[in-house]
Amino acid sequence: MSAVTETVESRLDPRRAVRTVVEAGDHWMHELKAGQTLRIVDLEGNQAVDTFFLDAHDPAERYCAQTTIRAQGNLYLTAGTRLMSTRGNTMLEITADTCGRHDTLGGACAAESNQVRYDIAKRPMHSCRDSFLLALARSGRNLSKRDIGPNINFFMNVPVTPEGGLSFEDGISAPGKYVEMKAVRDVLVLVSNCPQLNNPCNGWNPTPVEMLVWDPWRPVQVGRIPVS
Amino acid sequence: MSTLLYSETLPGGASWSARLRRSQGLRLVDASGTANVALTLLRADDPTERLNLPDTLKSQHIARLTYPYVLQSDMGHVLASVTEDTSGWHDVLCGLSDAALVEAKYGEATYQAARNARHTNAREHVLVELGKYGLSERDLPSAVNLFSRVSVKEGGALAWEPQGKPGQSVTLRFEMDVLIVVSATPHPLDPSTTWAPQGVELEVLRCSPPRADDPSRTVRPENDRAFTLTERLYL
Repeated sequence: MSAVTETVESRLDPRRAVRTVVEAGDHWMHELKAGQTLRIVDLEGNQAVDTFFLDAHDPAERYCAQTTIRAQGNLYLTAGTRLMSTRGNTMLEITADTCGRHDTLGGACAAESNQVRYDIAKRPMHSCRDSFLLALARSGRNLSKRDIGPNINFFMNVPVTPEGGLSFEDGISAPGKYVEMKAVRDVLVLVSNCPQLNNPCNGWNPTPVEMLVWDPWRPVQVGRIPVS
Repeated sequence: MSTLLYSETLPGGASWSARLRRSQGLRLVDASGTANVALTLLRADDPTERLNLPDTLKSQHIARLTYPYVLQSDMGHVLASVTEDTSGWHDVLCGLSDAALVEAKYGEATYQAARNARHTNAREHVLVELGKYGLSERDLPSAVNLFSRVSVKEGGALAWEPQGKPGQSVTLRFEMDVLIVVSATPHPLDPSTTWAPQGVELEVLRCSPPRADDPSRTVRPENDRAFTLTERLYL
């Protein structure tokens, strides 16, 4: 088990990657092929990146936070973590991490959970689940809320105490910190660059992140799914 | 206040499901003190709404389930409240066991060889029970493990800790019409390699509706708002 302070640098050359900036509050959906590597860069620091994975060919198999946690016997994600599916298969593996720890307990913010957590009048505020749903609607894949489970919050700090308490803390990330993961199978990557303004998960100021994709065989086209 | 409607015995290694109504309850009694019951919930009249553990944990600032906390759906509603709990800690982190985990830990025991003492697992139990209502793998929620204590140490390491409280019980009061699924199978982190799943008694109750000062409602301001949103479903 990696200690939370350990970090692992990447050996990949960013000049060989296809790069896309995702602004705060935007979504990004991309099919990452087996063998390809995705790096997410926290450009300005303290930015939560809500991320979910579905099997590209059979999306009934999807990322499972609980299986990932229990398979590694540790709550926090970092280099070496295998990101597991609802069927107990490895979907991706985290190969580099200069932040040191990421959350998969807190899930995504939603209009409805914001009403509970902050104020019933907060419903109109933008949220990660709305971004996920728009990305699924635009994908043309007949996917819906049914297909979304608890996700990963890269760069987010949700410490749990030995007594079973939980809190949202200011991020431990900083400008330029990144996390990198290699796909073991073809996966659909669903990202919401978190728009939350009600807690410190984005340092009270949501900012852009960058996606870098390395293809071991050939250049790839990445970017947002075009409007059909 | 609650009255018993009926009770059933859930043997170790078996699963159970039911549609239960708002203001009904379910008390689970573990005579052995070593049972584990995986449990999940969906909204009965719209199962795309289901137990959401991230929302449950972050709005109540908890990483375990106990009295008087609630289980929330992904739509800001209260599916169930814990109205009584003598165990003190139910795991919310580790989810469902699966066939590969059970075979690796306990070995193979097929129906052909072991009949109804065969090795079962929580994931397949939940899929089978969901199938009885026309639901499938796409509808699979995350799950809690009743009667199992898993704490988080410095650095994030999980620690399964035996509770050993014979006769321990927990009671849920449903705040919505729900589909409930339970599986009496060993916790994924239970270190024992002997297949000995313990059963529980299931008592289906009629409960008094929660009052304005109900502890599940007043324990946090977030819970009061979740109850308000839930009441709007039944106006």
